[in-house]
Amino acid sequence: MTTRNMIPGLAKGMWITLKTLFKRVPTVQYPLEKEIPVPRARGVIALDTEACTVCMLCSRECPDWCIYIEGHKEEQPPSKPGGRPRTRATLDRFDIDYALCMYCGICVEVCPFDALFWSPEFEYSEYGISEMLHDKDRLTDWLATVPDPPALES
Amino acid sequence: MQTLDPAAMAHISEVSVSVELQTSDMTLNIGPQHPSTHGVLRLVAKVDGERVRSVEPVIGYMHRGYEKLAEVRTYPQITALVNRIDWVSGFANEIPFIVAAERLMGLEVPERAQYIRLILTEMARISSHLIFMSSYPLEIGAATPLMHALRERERVLDLLESVTGGRFHPNFNRLGGVKPAAGAGAQTKKVVQDLPQGFLQDTKAAMVKMFEICDDLEGLVTGNEIFQARTVGIGVMPADRAAAFGVSGPNLRASGPDFDLRKHTDYLPYDKFEFEIPIGRNGDCFDRYQVRLEEIRQSASIINQAIDTIPSGPLQAKVPKIIKVPAGEIYVRAENPKGEMGYHLISDGGRVPYRLKIRSASFSNLSVLPWLLEDQLVPDLIAILGSLDFVLGDVDR
Amino acid sequence: MIVVLAIGFWAGLALKIGIMAAIVPVVALPIIFAELKLSAHMQHRIGPYFAGGRYGWAQPLADGLKFFQKEDLVPDAADKMVYKLAPYLVLGAAMAVFVVIPFGPDLIGRDLDLGVFYALAISSISTIGVLIAGWSSGNKYSLIGGLRAAAQLIAYELPLFLAVVGVVIQAQTMSMIGIIDAQAEYQLFGLEIAGNAIAIPYVFPQFIGFVIFYIAALAELSRTPFDMPIAESELVMGYLTEYSGFRFAVFFIGEYIGIFTMSAIMATLWLGGYDPLFFDLSGLNDIAANAIGALVLFGKVAILVFLMIWMRWTFPRFREDQLQDLAWRILIPLGLANIAVTAFFKVVF
Repeated sequence: MTTRNMIPGLAKGMWITLKTLFKRVPTVQYPLEKEIPVPRARGVIALDTEACTVCMLCSRECPDWCIYIEGHKEEQPPSKPGGRPRTRATLDRFDIDYALCMYCGICVEVCPFDALFWSPEFEYSEYGISEMLHDKDRLTDWLATVPDPPALES
Repeated sequence: MQTLDPAAMAHISEVSVSVELQTSDMTLNIGPQHPSTHGVLRLVAKVDGERVRSVEPVIGYMHRGYEKLAEVRTYPQITALVNRIDWVSGFANEIPFIVAAERLMGLEVPERAQYIRLILTEMARISSHLIFMSSYPLEIGAATPLMHALRERERVLDLLESVTGGRFHPNFNRLGGVKPAAGAGAQTKKVVQDLPQGFLQDTKAAMVKMFEICDDLEGLVTGNEIFQARTVGIGVMPADRAAAFGVSGPNLRASGPDFDLRKHTDYLPYDKFEFEIPIGRNGDCFDRYQVRLEEIRQSASIINQAIDTIPSGPLQAKVPKIIKVPAGEIYVRAENPKGEMGYHLISDGGRVPYRLKIRSASFSNLSVLPWLLEDQLVPDLIAILGSLDFVLGDVDR
Repeated sequence: MIVVLAIGFWAGLALKIGIMAAIVPVVALPIIFAELKLSAHMQHRIGPYFAGGRYGWAQPLADGLKFFQKEDLVPDAADKMVYKLAPYLVLGAAMAVFVVIPFGPDLIGRDLDLGVFYALAISSISTIGVLIAGWSSGNKYSLIGGLRAAAQLIAYELPLFLAVVGVVIQAQTMSMIGIIDAQAEYQLFGLEIAGNAIAIPYVFPQFIGFVIFYIAALAELSRTPFDMPIAESELVMGYLTEYSGFRFAVFFIGEYIGIFTMSAIMATLWLGGYDPLFFDLSGLNDIAANAIGALVLFGKVAILVFLMIWMRWTFPRFREDQLQDLAWRILIPLGLANIAVTAFFKVVF
């Protein structure tokens, strides 16, 4: 047993804790003050329904298949008089189940029309697991919180 | 009065002592819920008082079947899965897999992307080792280093988050580089994901703090005589024994061999940097702790060098839209914070791997436990268990 | 307190018990709060913050209320009656020590002639409480924890007593008040020092004894670095594993009262107790002397408690065999040597 030289190492440790005792505490008191998340933080996915073309790529690429999309084709009046009537896909349902989502960001990445964005918002916890399913409207609401991308290191 | 010769006396006393201590062993279930089993490890220990006769680790409580899952997931999806294997160093788990797939595809990864990978891998190493620095003294009984080390780890995680968007699960590697330009649409909110501005300076500042916390921990833990009394000479693992069990990483290096895959393989451009491989001499708990503490310093110095020399250029090689990996077989191994991590990838040319065998460091490191814990005291059992620094997600996969 | 003494023995006793029962848990609360807050800041945290206003001063109270609400679980395999009794034995033993702690010249439950002896003897009863708690829980972790506690407390009882013997020899009395008076005598082994200007508390002549007692007291109280009986990382919570709710709170309060009483004994035996040392209390009237005496004692206790908390949040814990090593190989021989040296000086001078 190394009771020899008992004092130096122990005293050093006690000096460090004593120093810390008088240091300013870096704690952020969460509900009162908030850290601003970094712009790239993967908090919640926002949906731009205008851009979505119901191509289902996100739903297909999602590793745990937590995106549910339904849509139908709608006849659109021709853009020029006398032209052919166009069909346009309309989004009926776009749900993301955040109880399943693992925040990998693949859906945002594969979206060819930039309809999905990451927002760093994180305060959407719920009491029931079924309420973690965000529907189209709720996902659209997140769009306002999407930050501009950060400046880049060149 | 009859006289007995001393030898006979000694014999009699020995016999009586051994008869007296002939007690039945108690089976003690340590875990799966226990404060210091790092998750859901269960140890079935036969204890005789404080003495542990034998230990049988029971694993599998956290089996998530990643090898099987990988057979039905596309390559980009698998990177999101594999960084959940060892969650305290998520980024480092992605590297060997992505390198394996890239080598099968014959992709040339741009240098800047390689440097970014290297910086973030070393950050993952620091954060993993800081977890060890916090949890190991706690297992020995000191609660304060926990908070000090976690406070500094937060700086590293913040930096990781500012680049990748995720603190634990970055999912930042792509085949052929790091996170590419996303989307082809007209919106401007998605751009090429280079490092955010100020990252390099912030990292430099954070690395200064890393050296500081190492000094603090040295004073708080390393020099502490009680800590030394608890760890020096405890759980000695000779180098040949460690190698026979497949122990790797800091656990192996603590026993003497300077086996570090960062020096021996070329999965990332480590050959461009100056760094030492800290090794221990005795292979005891204290050496395992010491090696990790030194590795934090080395990693911080590697990051500093990489920041000074990071080249500019593209982040992504040209990759087809639908990723198919040519048929073939490859094994890529990397030096993860916990030890050697390898992916044996077999592709049949499709969008999903035919088979992905994961060699995780913690599983092999854990396999030495029954041998190492035989005839130890219960407090030493915890000290040895903690010194191996495993994560149950990495064990069970 | 003069009043108390005037109203007769039984009435006075009842009043004293009533005051003690009211004061004693109150004594534990500031220590619990200090532990919460100091440990937090040593770990670079804030600690309790919201309970009771700005600094979280009501956190110990809130914790206590929480314990009251919780279910009082008794394991099926437990020896029920013993299991239920154990916490009260620990608390009772801790509280009984209060009888001989002098808070002021008259503020003492009973100035026994064998005061020190009584205090140490009665505090040993808590060992039995801990042992039966561990034994009766019907849990293997509790059992190991209880046995560890018993082994540890028995081993450290000895240095505890040996350390006190030095003081007793020097003061020539076992009465707590007598020891304080002896320390206020401005002399050392019959020699007058510094021209009667300052009293010399026994911490100077009996420094070795003080250190031995302090270490042994830490072990006796199961505080880090000697917290093996409840070693969280090894034995989950040791003998407390199965306790919940009110019974756990009783253990908890008993532990902190133990910290107070041990510190108070230390303050009395080595630091001069209620005596402020640099001026004489006897010149003041009774009430002022008692009030100042109590404050002085609390101040000295606060210093000792701070040291305990500081050590707890810096040091790791020993192993059980190392702890026994420390007791039998170092502290006990040192304590015996201390007695011999003290006796030698006492006889020579």
